Amino acid sequence: MDPSMRAKQPVIAEFSLDSGQMIGLVLEIHSVGVSLYHLRHFVFVSWGAWSLRGGACRRRGRAEAASSPAARAERAGIALTASDLVVGPPRLRFPAGPTRRGREHSEALEQQPSPSPPPPRAQTSPGPAKAGVVPNRRLGSVRGGPMSPPGRRARLSSPGTSRPASEAREELRRRLRDLIEGNRVMIFSKSYCPHSTRVKELFSSLGVDYNILELDQVDDGANFQEVLSEITNQKTVPNIFVNKVHVGGCDRTFQAHQNGLLQKLLQEDSAHDYDLIVIGGGSGGLSCAKEAANLGKKVMVLDFVVPSPQGTSWGLGGTCVNVGCIPKKLMHQAALLGQALQDSRMFGWEYSQQVKHNWETMREAIQNHIASLNWGYRLTMREKGVAYVNSYGEFVEHHKIKATNKKGQETFYTAEKFVIATGERPRYLGIQGDKEYCITSDDLFSLPYCPGKTLIVGASYVALECAGFLAGLGLDVTVMVRSVLLRGFDQEMAEKVGAYMEQHGVKFLRKFVPMTVQQLEKGSPGMLKVVAKSTEGTETIEGTYNTVLLAIGRDSCTKKIGLEKIGVRVNEKNGKILANDVEQTSVPYVYAIGDILEGKPELTPVAIQAGKLLARRLFGASTDKCDYINVPTTVFTPLEYGCCGVSEEKAVEMHKKESLEVYHTLFWPLEWTVAGRDNNTCYAKIICNKFDNDRVIGFHVLGPNAGEITQGFAAAMKCGLTKQQLNDTIGIHPTCGEVFTTLDITKSSGLDITQKGC
Amino acid sequence: TSVLEGLHKCSSGQQQDFDLLVIGGGSGGLACAKEASQLGRKVAVVDYVEPSPRGTRWGLGGTCVNVGCIPKKLMHQAALLGSMIKHAHHYGWEVAQPIQHDWKKMAEAVQNYVKSLNWGHRVQLQDKKVKYFNVKASFVNKHTVGSVTKDGKETLLSADHIVIATGGRPRYPTHIEGALEYGITNVALECAGFLTGVGLDTTVLMRSIPLRGFDQQMASFVTEYMESHGTQFLKGCIPSCVKKLPTGQLQVTWKDCASGKEDKGTFDTVLWAIGRVPETRSLNLEKAGVNTNPENQKILVDARDTTSIPHIYAIGDVAEGRPELTPTAVMAGKLLAQRLYGKSSALMDYNNVPTTVFTPLEYGCVGLSEEEATARHGQDNVEVYHAYYKPLEFTVSEQDASQCYIKMVCLKEPPQLVLGLHFLGPNAGEVIQGFALGIKCGASYEQVMQTVGIHPTCSEEVVKLHISKRSGLDPTVTGC
Repeated sequence: MDPSMRAKQPVIAEFSLDSGQMIGLVLEIHSVGVSLYHLRHFVFVSWGAWSLRGGACRRRGRAEAASSPAARAERAGIALTASDLVVGPPRLRFPAGPTRRGREHSEALEQQPSPSPPPPRAQTSPGPAKAGVVPNRRLGSVRGGPMSPPGRRARLSSPGTSRPASEAREELRRRLRDLIEGNRVMIFSKSYCPHSTRVKELFSSLGVDYNILELDQVDDGANFQEVLSEITNQKTVPNIFVNKVHVGGCDRTFQAHQNGLLQKLLQEDSAHDYDLIVIGGGSGGLSCAKEAANLGKKVMVLDFVVPSPQGTSWGLGGTCVNVGCIPKKLMHQAALLGQALQDSRMFGWEYSQQVKHNWETMREAIQNHIASLNWGYRLTMREKGVAYVNSYGEFVEHHKIKATNKKGQETFYTAEKFVIATGERPRYLGIQGDKEYCITSDDLFSLPYCPGKTLIVGASYVALECAGFLAGLGLDVTVMVRSVLLRGFDQEMAEKVGAYMEQHGVKFLRKFVPMTVQQLEKGSPGMLKVVAKSTEGTETIEGTYNTVLLAIGRDSCTKKIGLEKIGVRVNEKNGKILANDVEQTSVPYVYAIGDILEGKPELTPVAIQAGKLLARRLFGASTDKCDYINVPTTVFTPLEYGCCGVSEEKAVEMHKKESLEVYHTLFWPLEWTVAGRDNNTCYAKIICNKFDNDRVIGFHVLGPNAGEITQGFAAAMKCGLTKQQLNDTIGIHPTCGEVFTTLDITKSSGLDITQKGC
Repeated sequence: TSVLEGLHKCSSGQQQDFDLLVIGGGSGGLACAKEASQLGRKVAVVDYVEPSPRGTRWGLGGTCVNVGCIPKKLMHQAALLGSMIKHAHHYGWEVAQPIQHDWKKMAEAVQNYVKSLNWGHRVQLQDKKVKYFNVKASFVNKHTVGSVTKDGKETLLSADHIVIATGGRPRYPTHIEGALEYGITNVALECAGFLTGVGLDTTVLMRSIPLRGFDQQMASFVTEYMESHGTQFLKGCIPSCVKKLPTGQLQVTWKDCASGKEDKGTFDTVLWAIGRVPETRSLNLEKAGVNTNPENQKILVDARDTTSIPHIYAIGDVAEGRPELTPTAVMAGKLLAQRLYGKSSALMDYNNVPTTVFTPLEYGCVGLSEEEATARHGQDNVEVYHAYYKPLEFTVSEQDASQCYIKMVCLKEPPQLVLGLHFLGPNAGEVIQGFALGIKCGASYEQVMQTVGIHPTCSEEVVKLHISKRSGLDPTVTGC
């Protein structure tokens, strides 16, 4: 081979975890707003934990396999920045020339490596190759030339809507699929790649026929590789499929050979009981199962609720429906109605002063609604032909699961693919009396009696939401906080959420942690004594409460489901499952979605979207990935808090403070005026990146109906919302949402934001 | 007027000169005046409220603050609170009967708030050094406006630029006997909604269609919901006579257009809400040479808000072809001042203006109605996604959600640009505001679908719309 050619077609490393499990996929970044922080962190910090191993050929890049990519990047004079990765093609690139920071933006555009495959040659594949692909000359470069940043951004922000030459690409995708589905072993390789050769030799030694497409020898090789990387999330060759299952590259194939997975895959004659088994019948699992069934697949869902230490259990639908979003928002609504009753007198309504709240009535109404939802899910599963089994699922060997029902009867099922969607359960403190006497959110919503005077331990959104509605129903509520409120959320907003609660009767004990919980009296509710100690000194305090509710966090249900038996890797620290951005775990046929996914938002709609898109990718023709960026959310505290994008702290971490402009204002909802409620309490804030066209990277609102307000703005952020567009948009009068169209005071100006007049 | 002209000629010494004179102290006028003053100009605002035929008058701030958005939304809120009290028992609240509503108490609370806003506007003008004249003004010539106060004092004000922002007032059916004497006016469906909501027996007499200009499918849902919540409708009827009975009640006679039959009914109050007319008649526009549309008396303007006279402008409800909405007037006023005094050259964009009707079931929309989209792009090129949904809060309280409906009107060709969004349900205004921005940013159906929902809200139903009307599939949202 021509040596100059060799330099352009270098060998670089496949990034592997210490154990050798390949995960090098995290660099595929698609969406606007990816954090510079993340990338930096990832590239420069996390790198240390990763070892480099030879094992794959890369289509482009510099041949410096001996040094770390970070060092290499630095030597090349570039810092990998957000704009690089956001504006440029969604891959890690090593531009040829030195690049100064501040210029990456334009240079990234100029330095588009144009995918120019080597000139076509006669096919000389080693091994019993039968296939080549008819070159399709209509396919040009799929990455266009220079384009204005907003235009490019719009394109990248909407994968799927604007891929160029989409028809030709569809055709390419179809052909790839045909190759993968039509061959027992399909190897995408390059003729000169030694790793490809090793893999071919492996299959030859196993006496297995295989099919090869040499990407360096077909006209469309570069495009093939690109589509391939979209499907598999692997950019390198060789890229191996066995019986339609993506095995991975050279290392993974050898690994699969060693641990027996390869043999198993080769034996496969689709004699599995199911195409897909989903473990966990929550929002994500059910959405994935339904979609797979819609696509004509044979699907089973295993769902089993292990009763809480207090004995609470529930039906199909997972956390959201049974012990999460649904009951909490309904109890929040009950509290809001209490507030409405107070307001209503100011609006001319007259009725007896004696207003009481009846916990049992509320609980029953809410539980009835939940029961109807459980039933609805059962019905949907039946209608879609999904087999629902109320048993605990546990892997016992590859492709095989043991299902244990309430009576302890065991049944075994096999499937081609698995989705783990087991979610999380509340964490306990591990102190004396916690599991015996304390309740969690798992128990609260179906508590048969009014909890009375309540201590809530924790400052998560679950803690504050529960504290908020219990206080709203008229209960004496105390929140014990170890450190900060709403960790991970914008801290200015979090403090305002807390301040409002405090003004409305919730007591806060800050910088204390419970040490023991003792029962003083049995009953419904009984009486508990809690001793707590200061996190800062030796001070201890004690108090008596009817109910102690723990809301200190949640643990993934990944410990006792046999993941170790098949080698699904989890983060040992938090039990979360490691997966790439197509939700594939370290075991190729096993996927994970929802709250158990490492580093992903724990939100119902995210799990639903991820589940649906996963099913479409697995069983349909789609390549759409779940976009985990700019996910909006709302905390249903008494004063609701909605947000989308980054917190102010995160923004400062990601960008320099000088490149940010924060606009903010207090506002007074019209409905609050006559009701005589606090003015200058509701608050709106946006964070803009001055050096990116004043793009809105963080949206925060504190006020009534924050969720309803935030949703549309999240859609706008999906479309690259800028401050100018906010200014140009006309408000809807009189609403709270309109406040965002007239934000003109910057935080840096220090000007007064209290409201006077209309 | 001739006297004034004479005055102007001989007493120009008493004349006060300004850079900018704004006629009309409503939302648009005040915004324009304040902005001009911020830009260092000498500005005056002239505001005067002609008492209604029933003698009602009010303070500074115009329609929105005094007799529009603000009081109506507060009364709407009173009605919503009424419905909450009614449903609270499902959530465990034990409220003893009877539950009654005291109109006077509500009206007083609302008026107190309105007065605080009037005061606020006065203070703001003072802070911003805008001169305020509470006088009825009319043009003397192209650059001068004159007025005579009640006590006969004359004022002459002249300016380089004059902005007309006098707004509109309710139309009275002068051809109907007794109308002027007994009617009060406002915007029909919203009023009918909150009046019913505070427990009053309310009937709407309607000549043809509800909410003309809005998407008619949505409009029919709005009235359907109202009907199922106690508002009575007399559709296709025209009133012919209002007579005061000896009891003090009013007897209204109407004719059913279809059958030609006449019918009568007695009411305590008759409220006219048959449209609004611009306040241009007393301005003596012809003295300045400002042209109006002879059909509706609205002032003709170009894209820069300029009238037929280059230094005279018109903004807000008084200008021809503008949406009659507070925030559009505010923004138009601000932008006009910025253009006049060199801060910017930006024109007001009247496309995709979002709005909300605060009927009992709120209706928010932005962009084109289905009819308009079909007319502009052809039925074959328009795809409509829709869904019936049930707000979570309605479930426990067993409220009827048959009219909670969302419709997104898109171009059919991918990526399916969003042309219009229509939302019927609680907090429609809050829901629509953000999406209005999305549409401003050129959102496509696909982009909206890629947006992750906020659970559990009503607005998340928008990002979950997946059934097209064309498919004929059942658009009822089931499950989570």
